[in-house]
Amino acid sequence: MQQQSFDALCAYLKRTSGLILDQSKQYLIESRVLPIVKREKLGGLADLVLILERGQNQSLAKEVVEAMTINETYFFRDRNPFDKFRDVVLPKLISARQSERSIRVWCAAASTGQEPYSLAMILDEMAHKMPGWRVELVATDLAEPQLTKARAAVYTQFEVQRGLSTAHLLRYFTQQGDTWQAIDALRSKVQFRQLNLLSDYASLGRFDVIFCRNVLIYFDVATKSDILKRMARILAPDGALFLGASESVIGLGTDFAPDTEHRAFHTRGGVGAALGQPIKTPVIGTAAAPVGGLAARPILPTPAAQSPLGSRIATR
Amino acid sequence: MKQILVVDDSPVVRKIARRILTDMEFDVAEAEDGSEALRYCSEKMPDAILLDWDMPIMDGLEFLQAFRKLPDGKSPKVVFCTAQNHQNSIMRAMTAGADEYIMKPFDEMILRDKLEQVGLV
Repeated sequence: MQQQSFDALCAYLKRTSGLILDQSKQYLIESRVLPIVKREKLGGLADLVLILERGQNQSLAKEVVEAMTINETYFFRDRNPFDKFRDVVLPKLISARQSERSIRVWCAAASTGQEPYSLAMILDEMAHKMPGWRVELVATDLAEPQLTKARAAVYTQFEVQRGLSTAHLLRYFTQQGDTWQAIDALRSKVQFRQLNLLSDYASLGRFDVIFCRNVLIYFDVATKSDILKRMARILAPDGALFLGASESVIGLGTDFAPDTEHRAFHTRGGVGAALGQPIKTPVIGTAAAPVGGLAARPILPTPAAQSPLGSRIATR
Repeated sequence: MKQILVVDDSPVVRKIARRILTDMEFDVAEAEDGSEALRYCSEKMPDAILLDWDMPIMDGLEFLQAFRKLPDGKSPKVVFCTAQNHQNSIMRAMTAGADEYIMKPFDEMILRDKLEQVGLV
């Protein structure tokens, strides 16, 4: 990408929408704007900037601005919530659900799929602790174009280097020219559905964990409270809610409270529930495939009797 | 202050990496190819190495294989940073003992993230 074109587009976006992009956001232009350049059969980013500067095509200008203001997402974003999901929440749920042998997770702002696939990788790595269990991962988003990309699970080189370890990349993705696609076994772990968070959640069934990260910020206080109240109704009493790093439930009712020990997630407030207390969780929704680990890929030596990847994949 | 040795035959890449790593409060050393890097490591072992693949005299993979045989060459983290972007190349590097792999072009966020992956940040 030409630096001059990048700078020109940044200047245009700042002037027209107040959006400020620094050099670190260059990948966003590559992943979001270059497809528009290609679709419009333009010679390059410079041509697009020229059209935008001339004000000749308002719908195109709107599309570019929208493309750049979509909430940023990447694999294992902020890392800590995923660490807590794997190291705290999941082990306690596995212990608490020994009789039901079922865990359901809802990713409520799936966007282009990086978050649900991150969760799917963790669930796969923990599969050996849930032999024969029903594990469902439901991922929803309002925007159909995002869901289409999420289902296809094709990511640019930049996207797969954001948050994803090389071990995970080699284990769960296959290179296709300049892009990388999640392997079928990973894609099949996630059920993508279109859903407006303002609509009814009853059809989704009950969940043990909800990820709703970096989406409440787009709503006003009353709507945030309403969403949290309705999420509380479909979250198990001992379930966990993960919000974005900058989001909190302060001033948004009493349905949730930060977990007293691990503030990375929230538990249902006012019911005295804590993770680890066994409860009856009715399994609702579509049938889930038993978790059994993804098909083995002969890639690299792996630590014995541990997750298929482990923290290190190379022997020396 | 942890030291990172940047091994790349491109002065531009070394300059960019130095700027980013200095901002992250690393002590940065530079080498132009694998043989120079190996000489440096024999005298002073860095905490981590950011390693290009295609370089004259001794390439990154040859360096890594020789480096891991040094008496103190097992513990420093080695992060490849290269335009060798084929899946098979990545597998070869990881099997040879790399800890992480960056496909060029990279930016500050990717470099920071990969250093975090190996526990340096």
